[in-house]
Amino acid sequence: MLFFSFFKTLIDNQVTVELKNDIQIRGTLKSVDQYLNIKLDNIEVVDDIKYPHLSSVKNVFIRGSVVRYVHLPHNAVDVTLLEDATRREAANQAAKAK
Amino acid sequence: MSEGEEGPASEPLDLVRLCLNEEVYVKLRGDRELKGRLHAYDSHMNLVLSDVEETIYVVDDEENDEGDEKIRVEDDQEIKSVTKKSEMLFVRGDSVVLVSPIEKS
Repeated sequence: MLFFSFFKTLIDNQVTVELKNDIQIRGTLKSVDQYLNIKLDNIEVVDDIKYPHLSSVKNVFIRGSVVRYVHLPHNAVDVTLLEDATRREAANQAAKAK
Repeated sequence: MSEGEEGPASEPLDLVRLCLNEEVYVKLRGDRELKGRLHAYDSHMNLVLSDVEETIYVVDDEENDEGDEKIRVEDDQEIKSVTKKSEMLFVRGDSVVLVSPIEKS
């Protein structure tokens, strides 16, 4: 749930999603779900000479499982808040496992 | 578990928790590795890192290999390494092989 909430805070930010087949898609993060499936608007493929497949596509749904990385804008992330949330989540998981 | 959240490392993930806001080395599937500061993780090993340097090892594929570092192995096999930087990176857990703290010197 931690990363689901985290991505919800990033909605409407410009992100670059790198897929496991090396294609990088830049676009506006429009929505995310519990599987970390991602919807992007106004997309462009970073190396569109090498990967012309999506040149006429404006809007994509990306299955979470094919994502390798999501490059994020540094200023959209509050790292202290994120670390606190991570510790809280870890404590919850530990309590559940008991 | 009786200890508080800052207690000693007793489970594997506790080691990762102690790496929060520290420099870590991450080995990934597909001959990739990352170095960066860890800010978040979960039980799937999804991660968020900042100031990341990614190194990708590719066995020589002949195209544009100028400027890339090369490591010679055995006779004539060449391994190229390509490095990329990212200011803030989410890494999906299913690509992660290992996470290790980087010793401060």
